[in-house]
Amino acid sequence: MEELGLLFNGFAVVLTPTNFLLMLVGVTLGVLIGVLPGLGGANGIAILLPLTFSMSPTTAIIMLSCIYWGALFGGAMTSILFNIPGEPWSVATTFDGFPMAQKGNPGGALTTAFTSSFVGAIVAVILITFLSPIIAEFALSFGPPEFFSVYLLTFAAFVGMAKGAALKTIVSMMIGFTLAAVGLDTVTGQLRLTFGFTDLLKGFDFLIAVIGLFGIGEILLTMEEGLEFKGAKAKIDLRVVLHTWKQLPQFWATSVRACAVGCFMGIVPGGATPASFMSYGVAQRFSKTADKFGTGEMEGIVAPETAAHAAGTSALLPMLTLGVPGSPTAAVLLGGLLIWGLQPGPLLFLEQPDFVWGLIASMYLGNIVGLLVVLTCVPFFAAILRIPFSIIAPVIMVICAIGAFTVANSIFDIYMMIMFGFMGYLLRKLSYPLAPLVLALVLGNAAEDSFRQSMLLSSGDVSIFFSNYLVGGITGLSIVLLLIPMIQGALEMMRKPATA
Amino acid sequence: MHDTNDRPLLSTRAAELFIAAFFIILFGITAWGSWELGAGWSEIGPAAGSFPFYTSMIIVVCSALIFLFGARNKEAAASTYVTAHQFKQVLKVLIPSAVYAGFIGVIGIYVSSIIFIAAFMMWLGKYHFIKAAIVSVGVSVTFFLLFEVWFHVPLPKGPVEAMLGLN
Repeated sequence: MEELGLLFNGFAVVLTPTNFLLMLVGVTLGVLIGVLPGLGGANGIAILLPLTFSMSPTTAIIMLSCIYWGALFGGAMTSILFNIPGEPWSVATTFDGFPMAQKGNPGGALTTAFTSSFVGAIVAVILITFLSPIIAEFALSFGPPEFFSVYLLTFAAFVGMAKGAALKTIVSMMIGFTLAAVGLDTVTGQLRLTFGFTDLLKGFDFLIAVIGLFGIGEILLTMEEGLEFKGAKAKIDLRVVLHTWKQLPQFWATSVRACAVGCFMGIVPGGATPASFMSYGVAQRFSKTADKFGTGEMEGIVAPETAAHAAGTSALLPMLTLGVPGSPTAAVLLGGLLIWGLQPGPLLFLEQPDFVWGLIASMYLGNIVGLLVVLTCVPFFAAILRIPFSIIAPVIMVICAIGAFTVANSIFDIYMMIMFGFMGYLLRKLSYPLAPLVLALVLGNAAEDSFRQSMLLSSGDVSIFFSNYLVGGITGLSIVLLLIPMIQGALEMMRKPATA
Repeated sequence: MHDTNDRPLLSTRAAELFIAAFFIILFGITAWGSWELGAGWSEIGPAAGSFPFYTSMIIVVCSALIFLFGARNKEAAASTYVTAHQFKQVLKVLIPSAVYAGFIGVIGIYVSSIIFIAAFMMWLGKYHFIKAAIVSVGVSVTFFLLFEVWFHVPLPKGPVEAMLGLN
């Protein structure tokens, strides 16, 4: 068990006073971000990224990943108390969480949610601990064709697993790729798609897109709904916690299924949001009390929360081992790695063991700290939600503007952020998924480079993507995933011709 | 909220068609730009324009399909994309934010933020001037301390900071 030794080294790295303090700060900030509308894991971390430039990479990643854990916890709080999902992945938590709180047991609902999240996260971290060194070692032998096939699989998974319109997923993704191409071409040194605008020379930074699409877009959507926070009073005491914990073990089977769904959806970039819905659906199908789902069943909180956290956490596995993030937030963390001068991917495990294992150890500790923070500080966070929107909204706007500016010290980026925000608002209302856009914007250059290198290796022969079992298998699987929506669409058309 | 304000402004179908058409035009332009750059084979593999050319063309084709499907969708024609009242609410945030962004380049981020937050609170939240001033100045000063003093991250500053000798 070489991993355990490395993991204990990691704990030694994390348990310095500075790192531990920043972990606490990170988790608390994260919960706050998860609770506030307009700020979420992805854009919250994007905004705070510049503050970490002066820290060591290990300290920085510990703080930022703890913000992520905190945000995952925080989303559940607003869902249960106010019926307002703070994060998209906690929408499914409102189905049973809010009714349970309304029935007079908000403490129990919150404890159930937090504990389930914790279980999901820890299972995913254990998976990361033991699986990632293997994948990383395996990936060391990857060449450009293999990497391109992994990128292809990543994006094909989005198309194949997307619930909504596949066409919109593809459009969203291709917009990301096209925006990524804007600016200086790294291979030829030519300027691409700048159309003479000097501001476009440096291209589109995905952090700006994240802050705009998710931050500003969310504020605009919230404003449209004319949102007012009205909800259950929150109080958790030890008695409620213990009482809830006594009831939870009976849902072990639901938990196991939720972990499986979550880990799977996190590693292939399905993400936490579809994972939570899928897990809720699966739990309902298997449950003996299926007809009571939606009325405040504990099981209906366990399923989505466990899956969302398992997915959110395991999204870091492909990011660390292959440099392919499984979610927008993982993508932002990946951007951070690049800024700190670290190259994510298989070599990271060999060259930066302190960093990798420090991060993995902090995942364990961060989630434990997170659980304690949320269980003890619920009233405080709930009070923040009572601040009127007319104060919160402009302050969040200011925070987003600062975040956008600090990415590249460019005021032009603030204009871009607002433009992305308006686009995000328009597109989300038409159910264009935004996560593929962000991931494509992050991975665009890497995917393009691996494609061009492969083509150069094979002198333009695409059969290089089928040249051995590994690359051929991954490419084949991607093509199957891409075909799923087409087959579904064709079947539907055959069933009801021209009624659409 | 007056009833007259809550009339539908735009149907989902209209919005769908509008966005699809917008994408066809925008990414038609990027496809053309990439083609001009060279989208074929060069001595160093695929030319610089090939990747964005194909991604742009995929958007154009998919958006055209979305447009065609959308045009036949009667359900979407009947559903409301946004009501007049909702859109007004959105503009109430969007326009001040755009103005705020414009001001940042001129008078710096701190003073702009004070004006923006205070104006927002007084206009949309109907807060008293004093309350709005306390909150907005407090927030700006906090950010100043956080970014300029503690983390040494310089943000845009203008004439007011220069006058106070804070540059």
